[in-house]
Amino acid sequence: MKYFTQLFTTLDQTTKTLDKIKALASYFEKANDRDKLWAIALLSHRRPKRSVNATLLALWASELSHLPEWLFVECHAVVGDLAETISLVLPEPTEVSDQTLTEWIEFIKALEPLTVDQKKEKILWAWNRLEPMQRFVFNKLITGGFRIGVSQSLMVKALAKHAEVKENVIAHRLMGNWSPEYNNFQELVLSDDTLDLSRPYPFYLAYALEGAVSDLGNIEEWQAEWKWDGIRGQVIVRDRELFVWSRGEELVTDKYPEFTVMLDLLPDGTAIDGEILPFKNDLPLPFSKLQTRIGRKTLSQKQLKEVPVAFVAYDLLEWKGEDVREWPLSERRNQLAQLCSAPSSVLRLSPTITVDSWESLAAERTRARELFSEGIMLKRKSSVYRAGRRRGDWWKWKIDPFTIDAVLIYAMSGHGRRANLYTDYTFAVWKDDQLVPFAKAYSGLTDEEIRAVDRWVKQNTIEKFGPVRSVKPALVFEIAFEGIAKSTRHKSGIALRFPRINRWRKDKPIQEANTLQDLEKVLENNS
Amino acid sequence: MALLEFNDSGIYCRKAGVYLDPWKPVKRALITHGHSDHAGWGHEQYLCTTSASPVIRHRLQLSSQLQTIGFGETIHINGVNFSFHPAGHIPGSAQIKVECNGEVWVFSGDYKLEPDNLSEPFEPVRCHVFISESTFGLPIYKWKPQQEVFAEVNQWWKKNQEDGKVSVIAGYSLGKAQRILQNIDPSLGKIFVHGAVDNITNILRTQLGTLPPTIRVTSEMKRKDFDGALVVCPPSAIGSPWLRRFDPYSLGIASGWMNLRGARRRRGADRGFVLSDHADWNDLNKAVRETGAQRVFVTHGYSEPFARWLTQQGIESSEVKTQYEGELSEIIEGANAESGDNSNETTANVV
Repeated sequence: MKYFTQLFTTLDQTTKTLDKIKALASYFEKANDRDKLWAIALLSHRRPKRSVNATLLALWASELSHLPEWLFVECHAVVGDLAETISLVLPEPTEVSDQTLTEWIEFIKALEPLTVDQKKEKILWAWNRLEPMQRFVFNKLITGGFRIGVSQSLMVKALAKHAEVKENVIAHRLMGNWSPEYNNFQELVLSDDTLDLSRPYPFYLAYALEGAVSDLGNIEEWQAEWKWDGIRGQVIVRDRELFVWSRGEELVTDKYPEFTVMLDLLPDGTAIDGEILPFKNDLPLPFSKLQTRIGRKTLSQKQLKEVPVAFVAYDLLEWKGEDVREWPLSERRNQLAQLCSAPSSVLRLSPTITVDSWESLAAERTRARELFSEGIMLKRKSSVYRAGRRRGDWWKWKIDPFTIDAVLIYAMSGHGRRANLYTDYTFAVWKDDQLVPFAKAYSGLTDEEIRAVDRWVKQNTIEKFGPVRSVKPALVFEIAFEGIAKSTRHKSGIALRFPRINRWRKDKPIQEANTLQDLEKVLENNS
Repeated sequence: MALLEFNDSGIYCRKAGVYLDPWKPVKRALITHGHSDHAGWGHEQYLCTTSASPVIRHRLQLSSQLQTIGFGETIHINGVNFSFHPAGHIPGSAQIKVECNGEVWVFSGDYKLEPDNLSEPFEPVRCHVFISESTFGLPIYKWKPQQEVFAEVNQWWKKNQEDGKVSVIAGYSLGKAQRILQNIDPSLGKIFVHGAVDNITNILRTQLGTLPPTIRVTSEMKRKDFDGALVVCPPSAIGSPWLRRFDPYSLGIASGWMNLRGARRRRGADRGFVLSDHADWNDLNKAVRETGAQRVFVTHGYSEPFARWLTQQGIESSEVKTQYEGELSEIIEGANAESGDNSNETTANVV
């Protein structure tokens, strides 16, 4: 655990990519194979099942530090992270330990069947032999939510260096279903064999277009298609089995029973990148419809009928059992088109937009909202399918968001990097002479603005409710959002998609903020 | 009538007609120390300790309006006795003791208990009523001894020298910066300072006769002049173009807030050194106990939970709203550019 804590501390202390890669590479040199694999797992958000409840941890920590529960809660609110709060309030350890990362993880897993009292005894034993930073890591192993500031691609880079294997190969090997509990470093990272029939390919993601679209050069070299607002996914058929992956590397096959027909439509050894979209009567539905299906454990017949889904195919990644990501897009697209040629309400080829000038494409883009599309994707016809978010060959050219001016009425402190700062805001619009809350947003301000708003909130609090403060209505912000839908769960009767702060309207008095009627008008015009 | 009361302008002694650390202009102000949230502009008369006076005189450009008093000396104003006692916060910083007819109140200003090798060490003062700061009044704030922190700073400096990086360390230009200068190992290399730090450091160097030699950073200097050097700057320099001249450099921040991971990461520093000129949780509790006070007013910081905690410990306490900021400005502010000469580190109100 010493090495891993060291790694964690170094990663936490630097903001520079090169230093992070160096730290990871040096960890991979020092650690044993089992620890290495656990480190990779933890950095790619695979963690042991939670064996102790967070409330109990908090209770034992406040007991051990002789703090009343309310004071521990207060500390937790300030720190914003339970694992860290515990590590800070506990008394100094009196013992030392030289157990490895893997040994501590096994220790934590072994807690699962124990009684509460036995668990407590074990945890206190552990806390008393770990230094504060190790304690923090240990607590994190239990509570989860490691946010280390290391992206998957950064880790892949370091691992590729260490294992002397190409980055894209490593990235692929680390996808899908694996766990240090039943895989070892050798077979997962170093061997060519595909261990897992369901293993997906890393998704290729685009950045937003920078600069003018005409700067991309000859339009003939580009493929334009609609950017759909659904769930990015990968459909894989191998050995007569179907696997559906979401971009979050979650296997979601069971959530879309409609997709079973893929087994009839696609031959073995096929992987397709696309978008899971609510689709009815040959028309896409707004994303809010899909949200009614996401998160349900079981789907009723009614839901399946009301919100059927389709898979809109963007790209072909595997064909006849072979990885075709190195083919140029134009060839992959031809093959994909053939595959999707049979008419099907479930498997649909993403239509391309054929125009002969950037001006005509810009005109097409203005229609996006009518089609429930978010804008246009631009892909270089000669591009290979790369891993992760990359510049150059693929760009998203989204339509401008809706905007509305709203009044800040509640603020809540953030977590992690934003702990102890009021960064999560609730906004309201006018309904007659009342301010009605309609959206929460936290991103979009600069660090400097965040600090300024934080200070303002602290000086203009009306009431405190736990971590939330109501504030004097005085600040106006422009809120941008991508979509709007009716909602029975919100007081305002509407729900926004991706609300965020566009800018601080220091020039506007609150009387000039928008009204609920304005929002309802947007809703009317867009549903 | 209470000996001291809290009003819109500051802490007021009605009987004597004086204010302690007022934040609005008043006729007569008793000042604990030179940080701008305590030593404000525009009062007609100022009184502070002799050793706090050179900095205050410089910052507020005062001449005859400023009177001084030695630690432990008493001044009688309209039947009330006032005396100043070391608070250990920065050089010259004081707690103010107010006594009338046997009733004793003490206003702590900002304080820390751990000797920092620079400021006059904190002295507990017995009193009936104690007005205490609570900047770090939660049990998540526990400091390591300063030798350990400075060992980390020295080690970081050496490591940066090996990596060909300049070591840039940010800390409040009055107090923290000189504490760093006084306690790091000056044999490791040259030490440069930001203009704001330089002004204050020169004043304190003359006054205290200590502090290692430093060089003021000027625009003519080239990157190679800074090879292997340590640069001390105020937090406001973080994120400003002023830092570019040191590239490649490693940025360290010395502040009590660095005890929290969120605060460390938010500032985008490479290293956070947990070094504060305020008492930590244990020392706040110790300080309150040692005054023997039965009544405590808690000012700036985590005043609400600290007051509640003290009350549960059997010491009747309540929160008071003031406009003091403690170390807040060190972390919350800082994005503001600071000119070399007029180093007023707090900023205007936001709205």
